Parts: sequence; C-alpha cells; structure tokens
Amino acid sequence: MQVPAHVEYEKASSVGHALSLLARYGPEARILAGGHSLIPMMKLRLAQPETLVDINGLTELSYVEVTGGELRIGALTRHAQLLDSAAAGEHFAILHDAEKVIADPIVRNWGTVGGSLCQADPSEDLSAAFAALKAVMVIRGPGGPGHPDGSRTVSAREFHTGPYETVVAAGEMLTEIRIPISPGGGSAYEKVGRRVGDWPVGAAGAAIWLAGDLVGDAGIGLTAVGARQFAAPDAEEFLRGAPATEDSFARAGEIAAEHCRPVSDQRGPADYKRHLAGELTVRALRRALRRARGEDA
Amino acid sequence: MQITVTVNDVAFTREVEPRLLLIHFLRDDLGLTGSHWGCDTSNCGACVVWLDETPVKSCTVLAAMADGRRVFTVEGLERGGRLDPVQEGFARCHGLQCGFCTPGMMLTARWLLDHNPDPSAEQIREALSGQVCRCTGYENIVRSVRWAAGQGVAVRGSPAEAGGSAEAGGSAEAGGSAETDGEAPA
Amino acid sequence: MTGQDGQGAYGRVRRKEDARFIRGRGTFVDDIQLPGMLHGAILRSPVPHARIVAIDTTAAEAHPRVEAVITGQALAELGLAWMPTISQDAQAVLATDKVRFQGQEVAFVVAQDRYSARDALELIHVEYEPLPVVVDAQLALAPGAPVIRDDLPGKTTNHIFDWEAGDKAATDEAFAAADVVVSQDMLYPRSHPAPLETCGMVAEMDPVSGKLTVWSTSQAPHAHRTIFALVAGLPEHKIRVVSPDIGGGFGNKAPIYPGYICAIAGSITTGRPVKWVEDRSENLMSGSFARDYHMRGEIAATADGRVLGLRATVLADHGAFNATAQPTKYPAGFFHIFTGSYDLQAAHCQVTAVYTNKAPGGVAYSCSFRITEAVYLVERMMDVLAREIGMDPAELRMKNLLRPEQFPYTTPSGWEYDSGDYPRALALAMEIAGYGELRREQAAKREHGEYMGIGISFFTEGVGAGPRAQMDILGLGMADGASLRVHPTGTAILGVSCQTQGQGHETTFAQIVAHELGLSPDDVEVVHGDTDRTPYGLGTYGSRSTPVSGAAAAMVARKVRERARIVASAMLEVAPGDLEWADGNWRVRGDPDQAKGIAEIAMAAHSSLELPAEVEGHLDAEVVYNPPNLTFPFGAYICVTDVDAGTGQVTVRRFIAVDDCGVQINPMIVEGQVHGGLADGIGMALMQVIAFDSGGNCLGGSFMDYLLPTSVECPSWELGQTVTPSPHHPIGAKGIGESATVGSPAAIVNSVMDALAPFGVRHADMPLTPANVWSAIQGRRLRTDLAFT
Repeated sequence: MQVPAHVEYEKASSVGHALSLLARYGPEARILAGGHSLIPMMKLRLAQPETLVDINGLTELSYVEVTGGELRIGALTRHAQLLDSAAAGEHFAILHDAEKVIADPIVRNWGTVGGSLCQADPSEDLSAAFAALKAVMVIRGPGGPGHPDGSRTVSAREFHTGPYETVVAAGEMLTEIRIPISPGGGSAYEKVGRRVGDWPVGAAGAAIWLAGDLVGDAGIGLTAVGARQFAAPDAEEFLRGAPATEDSFARAGEIAAEHCRPVSDQRGPADYKRHLAGELTVRALRRALRRARGEDA
Repeated sequence: MQITVTVNDVAFTREVEPRLLLIHFLRDDLGLTGSHWGCDTSNCGACVVWLDETPVKSCTVLAAMADGRRVFTVEGLERGGRLDPVQEGFARCHGLQCGFCTPGMMLTARWLLDHNPDPSAEQIREALSGQVCRCTGYENIVRSVRWAAGQGVAVRGSPAEAGGSAEAGGSAEAGGSAETDGEAPA
Repeated sequence: MTGQDGQGAYGRVRRKEDARFIRGRGTFVDDIQLPGMLHGAILRSPVPHARIVAIDTTAAEAHPRVEAVITGQALAELGLAWMPTISQDAQAVLATDKVRFQGQEVAFVVAQDRYSARDALELIHVEYEPLPVVVDAQLALAPGAPVIRDDLPGKTTNHIFDWEAGDKAATDEAFAAADVVVSQDMLYPRSHPAPLETCGMVAEMDPVSGKLTVWSTSQAPHAHRTIFALVAGLPEHKIRVVSPDIGGGFGNKAPIYPGYICAIAGSITTGRPVKWVEDRSENLMSGSFARDYHMRGEIAATADGRVLGLRATVLADHGAFNATAQPTKYPAGFFHIFTGSYDLQAAHCQVTAVYTNKAPGGVAYSCSFRITEAVYLVERMMDVLAREIGMDPAELRMKNLLRPEQFPYTTPSGWEYDSGDYPRALALAMEIAGYGELRREQAAKREHGEYMGIGISFFTEGVGAGPRAQMDILGLGMADGASLRVHPTGTAILGVSCQTQGQGHETTFAQIVAHELGLSPDDVEVVHGDTDRTPYGLGTYGSRSTPVSGAAAAMVARKVRERARIVASAMLEVAPGDLEWADGNWRVRGDPDQAKGIAEIAMAAHSSLELPAEVEGHLDAEVVYNPPNLTFPFGAYICVTDVDAGTGQVTVRRFIAVDDCGVQINPMIVEGQVHGGLADGIGMALMQVIAFDSGGNCLGGSFMDYLLPTSVECPSWELGQTVTPSPHHPIGAKGIGESATVGSPAAIVNSVMDALAPFGVRHADMPLTPANVWSAIQGRRLRTDLAFT
C-alpha cells in the first residue's frame, strides 16, 4: 500500500488553538479532520503538507441542530451523523439522499461534512446538495478588518472557486454550514454512479418551495458535470413562478443541461453527462415536489 | 512522537512517525496481523477495525489519530476462549474462502448487529458495501451474519454477553465435523 | 464418521482452515516478519514507451535507511536482467534498454522499513527519451507502428504469432450451405483478477548454507522453484518455496514476477531476508492482466435455427512481453473450445497475437486458459443468431445442444468431452427461473416503456490440465504427485502439490482420503504449499485441483488401501483375495466379524508383525497422476436484468446458475466457488476494465477506477445442480473453481442486450456501464478499451 511522505503533526485542543497552529505553521499546514480526503491524497503523494493540525478532538464542531430558523451543521460532523440526523432528514431530505450515496458506510463513519466540502472535488455530492439548498458557510479566521470576531460567512455557491479550491484561506477553517428553513419545501438528490460508492458520473439535487401550485423558489445543484458553482441558476430562474408540473421540470432540465460543461472521462463521454444533468434534474425535481406536497417519495 | 493506543483493551505506548498509518501500526508495530490491507485508495475495506466503537478503514487513519483512543481488531473478537457469534456464523455458513477480507467483514457485522440485532439481507448488504470480497460472491457472508443475528447475543460487554452461546466456543475448533450448517439451500 | 446421504466422508463438512482465519491468525506473506528483514520497493516507469538514457541512484543510496539499490545493469551482470516467460518469450526483470509499458520495473530499493523504501524511490532519477506509443492492437499491426520488441533479434513488427484450429475448408462449406450467416465483432476487454491480497515475497538466502527460502504468493510453488533454479542458476535442491496462506489467486499468482527476482537478488546482495509486497496500483498496472481479445464471430445456420458452423477471428493483445500462462502447445490457450456445447458440423478459429505498450499477461482471472473468451464468443453469437431469426434464445439452444447419447463427444476443434446431459441442465435452470413467466413479464413491461432482459449462457469447460504428453508448462508435464503416510496410531498426512488460495483444499482433500480409507476428515492432515514437504506438481489454476491433485489423492489413498489389504491378510491369516472392503474395513468375505480398520492395520504395519513379501512395512504410498483427459464441467445460467433507459443503469435482479461438476466432494464448497465466480461476471459485464488512453496511460490503476462488485450489486444467487460423473476421473469429479466466471458474463450481457432489443441494439461491449448502455440506446457504440471522448 502506498504511504505518505514525512509530515509533522499537532493536535488542536480548541478552534482557537487550531487557528493559532495554522498561523504558526503557515500555508503548508493542513487541517486534518476525518482525513478521508486528505490522507488518500497524501498516500499517493499528490498532497504533501508539512504539518497536519488534527482537529478530531474538537467535538464542539460536531452537531446537527435547528437554531434560529436554520439547520446548522458543524464542520466536523461525520457523514454518518448527518445521515443519522432526524432533524436533517425532516427538513432537508436531500441531505439524506446525498449522504446515502456518498462513498460507503465505513468511510462515512469518519469522513466529515466539512472535510468533503473543503476538499472541493468537482464531483463532490455535498457541494451540489448545499448549493441546491443555498446554504451559507461559516469560516473562522484569526480576525481582522471586517471580521473582528474572526468569523465570516460565504454562500455555498461562492465557497468553491475551482477544482479543489475554496475561499478558505490559509489560516482559516470552515466551522459551520447553515441552511435557512422555510415552509412548503421539499428536496431530493439523484445520482448515477458506475457502482455503489463511486464518485458520481452525474448527479443533481433539487429543492423547491411551493406557493400554491406554483414554484415559489427553487434550488438546483449539479455535480460532476462542470456546472459553475455546482448550481444551475438559469434553470432556477425559469422555475421561479412557473407551475409545478412535469412540463416545467422538463424545461428546467433542458436548461440545466445546456448550462453545464461536462468533460469526457472514464465515467462517461461528455454528451452522456450532459444528458444526465438534465435527466437527473427532472427526477430530483419530481421527488422534491412529492415531498413538498407531503407525499411519500 | 509518542502515542498510547488501547487495542483490544490493552494499552500500548510506542514511538511513531506522524505519517504512520494505523493499519501499519497494528500489523508491523504491534504484530496484530489479523487486519489486512488490499488497496491504495480506501476502497477495499480489508483494513476495517473499530476506532472508539466505530468501524473505520485503518489504512486511511494515522496512528497518531488513534492516540488516546480505543481500537478493536479481529483478535479481540474471541473472548475467554469463546468465539463471537459472527465468527461462528462465518465458519458455519461458509462465509469465508481465502480469509483475507474476513476480519473486516466480521468487525462490521459485529457493529451492525450491536446496533441492529435483526437486520434484513438488504441491510446487511448495505452495511458491507464498502468492503470487497473476491471469493464468496457475498451470499454466504450475508447468511453468516443472519445466522449470527439469530443467536440473539446482546451487545458486547453487556451481562447477557458474558453468558453467550455455549455452542459458539467449541465447534469451529475441531473443524472437519460433518455438520450440516443451517443454511443449506433447497 | 460419515457425511451426508451415506456418501462416506463427502458432504457439507465444515472447513478445517476456518479456525485460523476467523481468528485473524492466517499467515499471509505480508504477515511474515523475520529477524533482520529488509523491505523492498520497485521504481516503475511513468511512461509507456521510452529509451532509458540514464539512471542515477546516488541520492537513493545515500539515504541513511537504504541498504541497496539494484538496477537492470546490476542484474545484467548476474544474468538476471531478463527472465523467460511461460510463453517462451523473455521479460525484463528490471529495464535496461527501454521501458515498454507504463509501470514497468526499472529499479529496486532495499531499505530498513517500508516507508523509507518508498521514500527512496523518489531519490532515484531516471532520464527517459519518450518513444511513440501504441496501445491499440489493430494499430500495433499497422505499417509504421513503433516496434516494441527491438530487443528480439530481427524483430521489425509487433506481430507475435498466428495460430489456428479446426477445419477451415469444412467450415467454409458449412457457411456456403447455410440459410443464415450472422457476424458480430465483440471485445472481451482487458480486466484483472485483482485478488484482495496483492502479490509478494519474502526471500531469504542463507549465506552460510546457500539455501534460498522464499515465502511467496504462488499458485504453483514447485514450478516456481524449478524456474528460479533455471533463471538464477541456483541448485534446485537448495531452493524451498513456501506458499503460506494466499488471499485469493484467480490466476494472478501463477506467473513469476520481476518483484520476486528482485527480492531474491536483494537477499543475495544484502545477506538478509528481503520482503517485497506490491501495492494495489502495481498489481493492477503490472501484474498479469486477463483477456484483451478482440474477436469477430460468425455463425451459420439453417433458417429454422440448426447451427451448422462457427468461425472466430481473434486479435489477441498480449502487452509488451508474451507472458501468457498456458500449456506450451496452446499459445491461445484452450480458445478452440469455442464451439461450446453445441452439435455443429464444422468450425475454424484463427488467432493473431500482437505486442502493445501495455503490461504483459493475458491468461488469468479464472479463465481456464481462455475458455472465458471462447464461451463469451459462442454464447453471444447464439443470441445474435436468435435475434436474427426471431427465435427464443432458450429454444435455439435446446435445439442445438449436444445430447447425452453423443458422449464422449469429439468437437470439430478436437476436444473430447467426457460426459454431459446438457438439456437437463438447461431445463432445470429454466424451471428455477420461471422462464415462461419472465417472458410474459417482459412483454407486459415493454408496453409500459420498462425494459427488463433475460439472458442465457450455456457453457462447457475443459479443466484439469492435463495429460502430460499434450500439456506442459515450460516443459514440465502437467501430472501431479500425491503422498500419503498413515501413522501408527491411524491418522494420516496427505501431501499434495496443488495450492489452495481459498478453495478449501485442506478440507476437501482430507475428505477424499477419508472417503477412500474409512477415516474421518479430522484424521487426515493436508500438507500443501511447501516444496520441501510435498511431491511435485504444477499447482492450482485452471480449475485443475480436483481433476488432477484430487485424483492423485484418491489414487494414493487407494494404493495405501491395497497395501493395507495385504497387511490385513497377514493379521487375519487369510489370503488377500479373501478380503473385501466394506464400511471402512478389510473384512473376510462371508465372515464379517473378521475385520480390520485402517487404524489397526497401520499399527500392525509398523509393528513386528511378519509381512508377506509383496508389501514393505509402514502404510505409506506415493503416486503421480497423469490425467487421461481434461474433465468437462458445464452449466446453464440465466440472468434477469432491469435497465433504466433514462440513465443506462443496469440492475441484476436475479441470477440462476445450474452447474454440473460431476461428483461433488463438498457441496458447500462447490456452492461457494460458484457464488464467487458469478460476482466476477457482474464485475466484468458491468463495471470492470483496464483501459488506456492514446498516450499509453493506464486508466485502471486503482480501485477507484478498476471497480469490483460489492454486496449491493450482487443478487442472492439461485443455484441448482445436476451431477454427471466424469467417466475417467477416479472419483467421477470435475473441476468447478472457474465455471461461474467463465459462464456468467455472457448471461449478463445477453440479458442487457435482450432488454435493449426494442431500441434495436444488437451488441455493446463490456463493461456495460451506464454511459455505455445509454450510448448504445442512442445508437452510439462505445469502445470500452480506450479513453472515452
């Protein structure tokens, strides 16, 4: 089995301590949470940090709770915890749908929500799910002009800046994800992989909030198909105010497919992925609608 | 750096490099070769052990991350000379052939049964979906776990567990006995 | 002690080997720790075809924990830079002039621990001069293709050999007379056995005694020992090969790999034990792959579905070295068994083999020496024909299957099938499946735009290589020895040359001996995998253990039993002819109370009892079993799939497998073998491939891309059995280990093609990933062996 290169190691005892370690060791230091994105990269020597700051002891960052009209998820929450959370399932079924198809049950025991988001793989399922929900990321840093308490928020859609790149700067860490809860909503996630546990060939997440028979608001997240910011804003724009019908969804799917830029790889050729973007958007919308209406989906 | 890891209820203090993977710590430093490794990309699950009561892929965990924590490996399944029902189930139902994936499979099965004492075949398959077997085609692994579930032995460490299944200890020892396992197909 | 159904010691006996495995106390190669042991790591080429300009190992050698760095140059001085392959080619151990595939071995580091060995690889600097690359077998034969094997004198092309079998003229005649001729191109993609344990070795050359002991993942310890002696120039009696527990073989552990030679060289150089265990990417990128057969099938039939003739034309991609592992006289393995299970007039096949810039190998992954390829071809052709003439595929097969009264049957390509009742097996499979019901369900679903498929595969295997006059590996005839010693207190040790990798030999072979001698399997210890303790044989692959070593075990037990007869006659003071064998005893005919069991006889044989001249003391025997023929297990498989046309996803809903492997020693183990092979089918049919891009980069070098089926993709297998004993095997048994891997892929592909019939899809190549299936529905057939565009 392949093994990592030499690395130094520090164990953080608090968020403040973690931030001070990051400051001390500079840009070649990496946060070590579940390690299930980072350690595989280190074993293949694609990532060679100089120092690891182990934050697994920061249990205060591990929670899923409803506070102030929002679902709040601590960054250190393990995938398995999010999948297990009744609160998450009740308000945002898309999160359960997505977690069920992320990696495998054992990896989900230790990998974290924050870790996956910060890894920023262009095929990351949670990136699409949180984009569909228009979540907000809370990032903590050492503090400075504009962020006196060291904390700032960034929308999920602005969080990722490119493959494997986020706005989390050196010396900062993601601490929380927040999703505002509004009534009349339903959400779902649809993924196609070559096998259970595989990265998606294509996947779509949809969230809709009904206003009578119309779509009041919609969120569509896409992953693995080169959609900018893991989202399909043009399709969302189309749906807003449109009747919540099969025809509307079909058109939304088309728009979503038009606005992504999939790349051919061994998961599939680009035309297939583009097709999936559309097809899965429609399927996710269908299920989201059933859930918004309180039907079994 | 120095770490102290409690493995199968015994504390070990060792000097290790931060980059040392937990699987190598267990196998090479502690000589507990029952846990195996089979890939480079956290896919195969041959390395599954428990870390603080949770099955993890120990090839994707640093030994340093286990400092101060408890690890449970296949060597800890048999207690006081008595086999765990999952071990007995695997032997009875031919849930293993080459034996390489078996420790990981049994540890996940043990964890599943501790949390879901009567899992369906589908739930068993889902729970094991992160672990690969090249020999058995999974059918007999599912039957093995179903058999163990049928033993009704409670969670490890509970008073009921101390009583255990008297049968479980002895029969797999001898081997070669002409016993029909309960799972013979029609 | 008896088993089930009064069958002596045969039956569902629990496995003796389980006791250690369920406790995590197996001993696999990487578990072995010896005092002073060092660790080896291989530096591999990142480029697929390049001249080596220079190798600088100074920095690596300066690493404080590195003990040695070995290059091709150093090996060349020992005559070890190249080694012979099983196919009479030569393969580089460590590259000297060129690298010829991505992942080829270039240097070997020996260090004090495995992490330092890995670090030191980065300190070796190799300067490569890239050369043009060819990974497409067709292009490799085109004029102007880069010549890969310029190390071979006079080699100016990438062509390796042409081979044919059957009767071309008769086949042409049959085709000319046919009402219907259909042809289909199909690829059996490059895949890989990927046992869960990778390959490795601990080599210990004792500098004082000059004895080399190696613990290695070897499916053929004795053959490996002989080859090490020939390659390394070491005296064979000073070499001991021990295969400890092996975590799956599937043909991946039959060849000798450069890493083994490097480990041995490392031990010789340092004077200490050296362990080398490959990581997974090395295993997938350089270890023996399987298949890579580009085939064209043609089938000729009457209008009402009587098959007359079959043709196959194959382009065989062997990679950069011809290292396929099969009996010498069969460079394309047993591919010419491609007429399958059918009664046809004539057949002809032609195979052209070619070098490409890919890893060497080809015969592996439970292929029974290319029978996987042959069965896939004929079973796909039967379905293509059925579709063409509008006949139900089950009906077409029933119409053409060989009939029991035709056995023993000699095929148009020269195989003599020993026994079989094919229609009965197919009928049973259809009954278990509820075939008629499934067809009705399919029709109903089609009307609602739902697509399910029913696919059949009927296969005949030829396993148990083989008669030594026809079959040898590197000149070593494929006869296997067995030795049996019964101790004075009546328990026994059987020594066999085959090597278990999970098949349960420690149990089944004990059952064979116990059955012959009226003992309990508990009383028979099976020793295998240690060349110092076991008689010579060619190892375990190609499902040959039961047919050959199993036969040897039965024969040696019978020899011991005959010796026991004579000893018993002395004990009972009768003539040997007055004794009959019954219920585990030699007893006097007509006076059954006068009886002696093996245990008592064994003690007597070791005692001071005066023995007749015909027998020596003790109760031991040794045989070499030369099989008179292969054995021919067969099966009928039916696969039900559901296809989501919107995404291309395939779900295997049901899989029915009826197998016939003759007399079954342990039905529990037989079932397990079948289950495992069926999972292989799902892998190959739906997700597995080692593909390459045009730059020669291997796209299947990890388990993220080389996908293995999990418990979720596999259904609950539905098994059935028929028993048609082999007339020539001592206990009527046939092999079983590879049957399911051989038979299942075609059933799954046929099923998916059946599901897609309404879209006019006639064929799509494995693996039928969602992208592939959806593309086929759109009328775009994807090439699965290259990068998608």
